[in-house]
Amino acid sequence: MAKIFVNNIVRFVVLVILQVFLFKNIGYYNLAIPFPYILFILLLPVGIPNFLLYCIAFFTGITVDAFYDTLGVNAAACVALVWARILFIRITLQTDQYESYLTPLWGNVPFRWYFLYVTVLALFHHAVLFMMETFSFHQFHYTIIRVLLSCIFTVIIILLFSLLFYRKKQR
Amino acid sequence: MKNLWLILTKYNAFFFFVVFFVFAYYLVVQNNTFQRASAVNSSNELVGAAYAKINGWKSYLHLSEDNALLAEENARLKEQLQRLMAPDSLEQGTVVDSSEKVQYHYIVAKVTNNSIHQKNNYITLDKGRIHGIKKGMGVISASGIVGIVLNVSDHFSTVQSLLHSETRVSAALEDSKAFGSLTWGDSYDAQVGTLKDIPNHVKVRKGEAVFTSGFSLFPPGIPIGRVIQTGVSGGDSFLDIKIELSTQFHNLQHVYVVDDILAAERTELESQNENNG
Repeated sequence: MAKIFVNNIVRFVVLVILQVFLFKNIGYYNLAIPFPYILFILLLPVGIPNFLLYCIAFFTGITVDAFYDTLGVNAAACVALVWARILFIRITLQTDQYESYLTPLWGNVPFRWYFLYVTVLALFHHAVLFMMETFSFHQFHYTIIRVLLSCIFTVIIILLFSLLFYRKKQR
Repeated sequence: MKNLWLILTKYNAFFFFVVFFVFAYYLVVQNNTFQRASAVNSSNELVGAAYAKINGWKSYLHLSEDNALLAEENARLKEQLQRLMAPDSLEQGTVVDSSEKVQYHYIVAKVTNNSIHQKNNYITLDKGRIHGIKKGMGVISASGIVGIVLNVSDHFSTVQSLLHSETRVSAALEDSKAFGSLTWGDSYDAQVGTLKDIPNHVKVRKGEAVFTSGFSLFPPGIPIGRVIQTGVSGGDSFLDIKIELSTQFHNLQHVYVVDDILAAERTELESQNENNG
């Protein structure tokens, strides 16, 4: 239990630092911008209470926003992400897993589930994020292209991270 | 009450989402100038669109009055037309000397030297001082404007072509009558010029004709070209409009030098403005 707690705090610090100092400067012209910090929210234990989950996500979003000078944009996206996460987990996992403190990381969960989980939630997060950032339906196709390309970018980086910490566990 | 509580707990994910998202949205609109501006703007847009719709409907209510007004005006114009068509010679007492009303004289000249490929292009004409050409006169061709007389000798004169980085001509758009200054600018194409200093709010149509405004050396209404591209240059409050010039500089043969008879009088009058302060 304490280990999960410490793990998550370390993950939070490392991912946010990487996000605001490294990934903020990486991008393919304003079209594909990676946001791998959402991995922290994705990897929170499955059975965490909803309210706590929302609070943590909101706080994470605000922290990233503080560095991006876009107060509220990432927070809104993270909150949307959490909602998608709750629905996704409720639909795809069984009740016993659903109430455990399992970390949904590749190795603990099958790769196919993990891939789908990351892709769907990243798509959700990026859609809300870029809509909030653009804040209009003007040139909507451009926003959609940004969402899709950024999503691909983020998913690739997240999968690379996961590969780095991949450990086959007995389940 | 119990059921309400049950619903709230059962769908707590959704209700938490709404609460947190609204709060985040509030932060976004409150703390980011761009989003705040666009939120206000979109509401303005909504209001404006509603007003436009209402006005569209309201205009129908006035149609009969407008019709009556137009019919009245038609009658009046017809009456005037009849009077003009059948002039009573006895009523025309004064004779108007039209020669005093001519402001511009045109001197025909032939191009003897021309360039279009330099950054600053000059044209030489075969008429000079003895033909009445003076420094600073405007030069036009049948298809558009050419340039400004730069130097004059007895038999020749040189013209600073429109294709010159220093040449500026006051030009006006056909529809809006908004005027700005036309330059060749940074263009390297002898057919393309730039119209500057047109404010942002002016609606510019692609293909819209551009004429001289009459504020500079040229008579008003001489065609300059057509708008081929319009847009805002980065962060500026003026439009940057690309003009396809109607003058064919590469095969220029005959040009007209414009002699503005009243130019001296006008410059003298205008210079008094500066003297006074």
